[in-house]
Amino acid sequence: MLHIKCPHCGMRSQNEFSYGGDASVKRPELGKEISNQDWDSFVYNRKSLRGKHWELWQHLSGCRQWIKVERDTATHEIFNTLKANEEIL
Amino acid sequence: MTQSFRLENVGLINREKKLSFKFNGKSYYGFEGDTLASALIANGVHLIGRSFKYHRPRGFFGAGVDEPYAIVQLYRNGETEPNIKATEQELFEGLEATSVNCWPSVNFDIGAINNFLRIFLPAGFYYKTFMWPKSFWYKVYEPFIRKAAGLGIASIKHDKERYEHKYEYCDLLIAGSGPSGLASAYAAAKNGARVILAEDKARFGGTLLTSEVNIGNKSGKEWAEGIIAELKEMPNVTVKNRSQVFGYYDHNMLVMSERISDHLPKTKKFHPKQKLWYIRAKEVLISSGSIERPLVFGNNDTPGVMLSSAAKEYLKVYGVLVGRNPLIFTNNDSGYETAIEFKKNGVDPVILDTRKDPQSEIVDEAKNLGINIKFSYVVVAAQGYKKVKSADIAKISEDKERLGSVENIKCDCICVSGFWTPTIHLASQSGNKTKFNEDIDAFVPGLSKQNETTLGAANGCYTLNETLKTSFQTAHELSKKITNNDKKISFPNVVEKKSTIHDKFWCVPLPKGKNYKRFLDFQNDVAVSDIEIALKEGYRSIEHVKRYTTLGMATDQGKTSNLNGLQLVSRIENKVVPNVGHTTFRPPYTPVSIGAIVGREVGKHSKPTRKSPMHKWHEQNNAIFVDAGVWLRPRYYKQGNENLFEGSKREAKNVRTNVGVCDVTTLGKIDIKGPDAAELLNRVYTNAWLKLPVGKARYGVMLREDGIVMDDGTTTRISENHYHMTTTTAQAANVLSHLEYYLQLVWPELNVNVVSTTEQWAGAAVAGPKSRDLLQKLFPKSDVSNEGLPFMGFIEGDLFGVKARIFRISFSGELAYEVNVESDNGNFMWEKIMEVGQEFKIQPYGTEALSTLRIEMGHVAGSELDGRTIPYDNSLEGLLSKKKDFIGKRSLNREAFIAEDRQKIVGVVPLDKKTSIPEGSHLVKDSNATLPNPKLGYISASCWSVEHDNPFSLAILKNGKNMIGEKLFVMSPLKNKVIPVEIVSSHYVDPKGERVRS
Ligand SMILES: [Zn+2]
Repeated sequence: MLHIKCPHCGMRSQNEFSYGGDASVKRPELGKEISNQDWDSFVYNRKSLRGKHWELWQHLSGCRQWIKVERDTATHEIFNTLKANEEIL
Repeated sequence: MTQSFRLENVGLINREKKLSFKFNGKSYYGFEGDTLASALIANGVHLIGRSFKYHRPRGFFGAGVDEPYAIVQLYRNGETEPNIKATEQELFEGLEATSVNCWPSVNFDIGAINNFLRIFLPAGFYYKTFMWPKSFWYKVYEPFIRKAAGLGIASIKHDKERYEHKYEYCDLLIAGSGPSGLASAYAAAKNGARVILAEDKARFGGTLLTSEVNIGNKSGKEWAEGIIAELKEMPNVTVKNRSQVFGYYDHNMLVMSERISDHLPKTKKFHPKQKLWYIRAKEVLISSGSIERPLVFGNNDTPGVMLSSAAKEYLKVYGVLVGRNPLIFTNNDSGYETAIEFKKNGVDPVILDTRKDPQSEIVDEAKNLGINIKFSYVVVAAQGYKKVKSADIAKISEDKERLGSVENIKCDCICVSGFWTPTIHLASQSGNKTKFNEDIDAFVPGLSKQNETTLGAANGCYTLNETLKTSFQTAHELSKKITNNDKKISFPNVVEKKSTIHDKFWCVPLPKGKNYKRFLDFQNDVAVSDIEIALKEGYRSIEHVKRYTTLGMATDQGKTSNLNGLQLVSRIENKVVPNVGHTTFRPPYTPVSIGAIVGREVGKHSKPTRKSPMHKWHEQNNAIFVDAGVWLRPRYYKQGNENLFEGSKREAKNVRTNVGVCDVTTLGKIDIKGPDAAELLNRVYTNAWLKLPVGKARYGVMLREDGIVMDDGTTTRISENHYHMTTTTAQAANVLSHLEYYLQLVWPELNVNVVSTTEQWAGAAVAGPKSRDLLQKLFPKSDVSNEGLPFMGFIEGDLFGVKARIFRISFSGELAYEVNVESDNGNFMWEKIMEVGQEFKIQPYGTEALSTLRIEMGHVAGSELDGRTIPYDNSLEGLLSKKKDFIGKRSLNREAFIAEDRQKIVGVVPLDKKTSIPEGSHLVKDSNATLPNPKLGYISASCWSVEHDNPFSLAILKNGKNMIGEKLFVMSPLKNKVIPVEIVSSHYVDPKGERVRS
């Protein structure tokens, strides 16, 4: 079970969180023209990397904040966590 | 029976307390502090079971967790448990156990014929033989294998015992209470760290209980007892015996199973049988010791052949002799320690040492005691079937290739020692890449992966002084890092006998003309010859060899067999062991009961149960409940002998003719506040929300980004910046997360807050032509006329002194209202509605009637919004705004979504107007078409239309738009039904929607 540091609450066990996918995906702006290909990429295509990866988690059974977590998908090592409004460097 | 193999005045058992027990129906006695194994051996019982493949007789091989043989079926307090290790099971009064894997009995076993047919049962035998002919599998092979093989029998009864889970945090978790565990626990605890010390066995101390050492002028045992007593008094220390740390998981989380009651005849009241600990440790010290390695020779699985360390433990801890005429076969000094213990207790052992001329204090002591030692000697084969009777021994050449002439000597047990294998399972599970240590011919932990450190014998360190020193030091450093304290304790003086190096020889060659089985894996009957065959057949990877031969795959997970298997493969392949590599260690280290893993999440506790504030009333009024997610909802209210069909029909009919009331508390409710609330709704719903006036509700549909319908519901504008959203019962949690996602991550600029209020409001849907009359009586001060409270209107009212929200919304298709009050007033509201509703012939209705009403109205619900349909499929395309963008809109122009013959919701009526249509059935054009019959659609929901008094279903049908009036067939192969049907509009009742507006 992972141990995730919620930037709002501190260290918590994985079972308080739910996974939310790749954090680097940006939703296209509402009402803006977008090609089929770009839209498909946004909806469906994910890199699913082996290694370091920024992902979204929601502290569901805690503060309910969505957070960004930098995790190694192979080793589960967690390097960093950020609040929703903090930019990934 | 007398305990004829019990010594007087030796051991740690309590002789004051005699315990009676039964094995295979026969009564015996033992003492408190015995294991089932030690008590049986004390009674001279060595035949415990039969082996897995050849059904060869099985005795005891070890004295603890490493035991491969002595597996029994245990009976305790009216329950039975399979696959219990007799070496781990502590004796209690009235214990009963039987052998497993024997049919019909342990003394006469049909399967033992495999033993004589063993030439036909080589490696991969099951893969090769039972594959052909195929027709033989079910009738001949499988029943035979099932009957003759297998381990214990699981109980099919509900387990009455309680199992608990506990979550714990600590600075240092120390797994194992041998010398390194005790020393490190003591040093860390004294330095202020929060310590958990876990010991698998009942007694703390590990090897200190059996070795002749002296620490600080105390015997090893006394020193251990002193440390434990002191640790138990410290508030920062948790000391647990009977507790096995069996798994090392990510982020330094370890799981430990504590056997709280297994050693008692009966679990005490309010106590669990076992407890599973989830421990998050800052640092982990692995002091799990090591397990003695067997030596491999002919018939080395005969009962009476056992590890020399086990023989010593039986003697020193339990006061039990494993034999009166022991033969010690060793390649290192450890065997001498066992021999010395025998000698001290008046038994004359013979030592066979594979080494030519070892020089050490221990060897000298044995010599001085006058023990008969034969150097450069090996056991060629054990003789005897159900128990060792003698041994064939021979001198071995210096190159260990040739045997001298074989002699036979009498003995009743053979205690083997092939040196030691560190128990590195936990380190390996943590991700530690282990390394091979040539000095001890075994793997030891390499660089730490997580915060784990391995100490003592588990790290390949076999001197007490060195072990204690590094343990004190390591624990001090680690605890200092955590607590910032620097309190050191003085290091005690250690006296131990020096030993010399072991012999790398471990597998005795076969004498000419003999083909004895030489076993590596004692539980799965894997012999040297099986590995040889596997390699000859081309298996190279150790993982493949393992699976093909089943080496190390039994319930003991190869604790005594893996390393010898590796050594053999490396010898044949001419590789060094590290290049062969070892197989992966996976948790659990030792079998864990399913009960402990499940904990208290059984039966109704397997998930939370949510009940509405009106639940009691429903119960008192004969509600039959149904699970709706985690909620319990009334399905119908049973009157007399009514069944579900009759009851729900009556309730639905009453809604259509009079008035009914339904508990809708379970609907998800989300409170939305903020100046940008309307903007948020406008983005997440498909229709327009910016112009909804205060006091009005609107129906909305929300999509996922891929265009699939996520949920629907009504949202009401309570005041300028305040909205009340409802969701379906099933999607409530997901919709809240969905809104939070967009607000926090995508549109943080929107000034809106959302919060779940599902549990804050109790809801009652009041539906039927007489609902307005009822409402007027409930809220005499409010204007609930069609003008005062029009369709989709909202007002606040006073319900006999209780503040209520009244929404004019309808799911049933009738004139209907939904009344919400604060949860605490829910029951009051419900009773008032029932009381005042009497004169209008009100009846409560459950989810079944609710479904009937919505299905015949053609209102979609979860069975249509199933994560596969888009708005068009549900005839919701009218709700798609053309003017604005919304979540998922961009996906709706996908080719399949706009296809001319896109699926659409339709109504389905059986031609005979009688046959009910099973939900999930397929719609086809031709019921006699050749298979696979092309599927045109599926039945999503079925009911008995109370309006038309015939069956009616909703279906999602290909080209549904143009199919009205078509005649098709409904097919349900599961129910073996073919029903001719007509496709009609999905709005079977009141297609113009006049009633809700009346
Ligand atoms: Zn949090």
